[in-house]
Amino acid sequence: MTAELLSGPLAAAPPAARPAFGEPPAVRRLLIGVALAYLGVFLLLPLVAVFTQALAGGVGAYIEALTEPDAAAAMRLTLLTAAVAVPLNVAFGLAASWCIARFEFPGKSLLVTLIDLPFSVSPVISGMVFVLLFGAQGLLGPWLREHDVQIVFALPGILLATIFVTFPFVARELIPLMQEQGAEEEEAAVSLGASGWRTFWHVTLPKVRWGLLYGVLLCNARAMGEFGAVSVVSGHIRGETNTMPLHVEILYNEYNMVAAFAVASLLASLALVTLAAKTVLEWRCAGELAAKAGH
Amino acid sequence: MTARTAHRALLPGFGLTLGITVGYLSLIVLLPLAALTIKVGGVGWTAFWDIAASPRMLSAFRVSLGTAVAAALLNLVFGLAVAWVLVRYEFPGKRFVDALVDLPFALPTAVAGIALTALYAPNGWIGGLLAPLGIKVVFTPLGIAVALAFIGLPFVVRTVQPVLQDLEAEQEEAATVLGAARVQCLARVILPAILPALTTGFALALARGLGEYGSVIFIAGNLPGVSEIVPLLIMIKLEQFDYVGASVIATAMLGVSFLLLLAINLLQRWMRARHDR
Repeated sequence: MTAELLSGPLAAAPPAARPAFGEPPAVRRLLIGVALAYLGVFLLLPLVAVFTQALAGGVGAYIEALTEPDAAAAMRLTLLTAAVAVPLNVAFGLAASWCIARFEFPGKSLLVTLIDLPFSVSPVISGMVFVLLFGAQGLLGPWLREHDVQIVFALPGILLATIFVTFPFVARELIPLMQEQGAEEEEAAVSLGASGWRTFWHVTLPKVRWGLLYGVLLCNARAMGEFGAVSVVSGHIRGETNTMPLHVEILYNEYNMVAAFAVASLLASLALVTLAAKTVLEWRCAGELAAKAGH
Repeated sequence: MTARTAHRALLPGFGLTLGITVGYLSLIVLLPLAALTIKVGGVGWTAFWDIAASPRMLSAFRVSLGTAVAAALLNLVFGLAVAWVLVRYEFPGKRFVDALVDLPFALPTAVAGIALTALYAPNGWIGGLLAPLGIKVVFTPLGIAVALAFIGLPFVVRTVQPVLQDLEAEQEEAATVLGAARVQCLARVILPAILPALTTGFALALARGLGEYGSVIFIAGNLPGVSEIVPLLIMIKLEQFDYVGASVIATAMLGVSFLLLLAINLLQRWMRARHDR
């Protein structure tokens, strides 16, 4: 069945790879049409569906679904999770980019590879490792039970899993940016007698602020939206360990579609704001880099 | 490189930042992953093989791999078309379309999952059109491929786009002036230049597809042997408190993705060597 569906669109695709100049306008239009149709069906339609379904029961039902206590608790937990995970990963990202972009040391490329590791691990495995470590039958489980510390199926587990999956975002944005910018200005500041901290605050931070903001945006979007990893460690206790994406799942499985899509529409709005801010930053950063190249 | 080495002497904070980096990395990433290794290390080969090669597991692997490859291939074709259109042509709303490509990165997977399920259900906007044709999407591997196609698109577009941008038009023009037909120009000039990027995009989309969970479980319906994916199997084992089983499946899955990426890396190196020659 898969093959049947594939053969149609595939047959229309080969013109895709023709050079642009001298290309007949008809081919151009066809290509633009194919690309836009694909994006429309696969990206735009799902987005529209979220908002349509959310408002299917009217504005009253929509607002009711969002103000209900369990939904409110899920929002608070999601905000709290992001408020913990993002600053920690920002601090880590700044430290990592400083030592990687400003110094040479053995094992550097291994370190960079390890920082990217959470991106290549399935979200389910990302959550699972914390269950193996801190769960009832986990390696540290007996010790934790003895000391009455609950990590898995509680807030600390959710925080850890979120930090794990959002770990590389800020570092990944900052390392190449700082490498490209070079260290001349910092070196000048230090040789003129500025302390390390002062140099960092007054020279490095202003230079990387847009890249940093970019990383924070992506990190935050993932922290608030993470589903798989958090699902493993959460325990799905309504009103207590349910983040917004998990709340969406519960409502959906209860066939409470309007409420599920109402909460989902908030997350989709967050995604749209993230995309808009990201686009603005990209224009801005591009301008800054061009200005730098002009020196 | 020599200039870089000099920074060590000039700038302070190396020990502190390296300490924070390695410490935090070990605590958050390496230690938890070590727990997986320890859990699997105590299993033994025969027990490992019994779990990893059980019929349910093998069929989940087939479903995961098959749908991830199908979705990555679909995105290879249409991702290239999208990247091409965005780089070479002007049309109204281009900036909006360019920003939209990143939607799968920004939209929480659970939201994508329920939205796609609503769209492709027999009473949904798209499912309603396909149902009369006898095509069932929801609760079939086809549905999983749809979700993975959604998730994987930006990987292909964003890896191919910069390469197309840097591709110098002069090379193509020269080829055309020298009398090469368009098809020839495409096959000899453009395709070899973008092939490594296309392969990378394919590999990234594939790797992401293999591990994807949130967007898939809603549309898959999770019928054992039909539309059950490997990450879900891990989830099921964990819910049964079968930590050993879950660890074995997770390790097998990491192993398969690692081998795939390794194979694609080698293929890419071979293509680059051929292209440079």
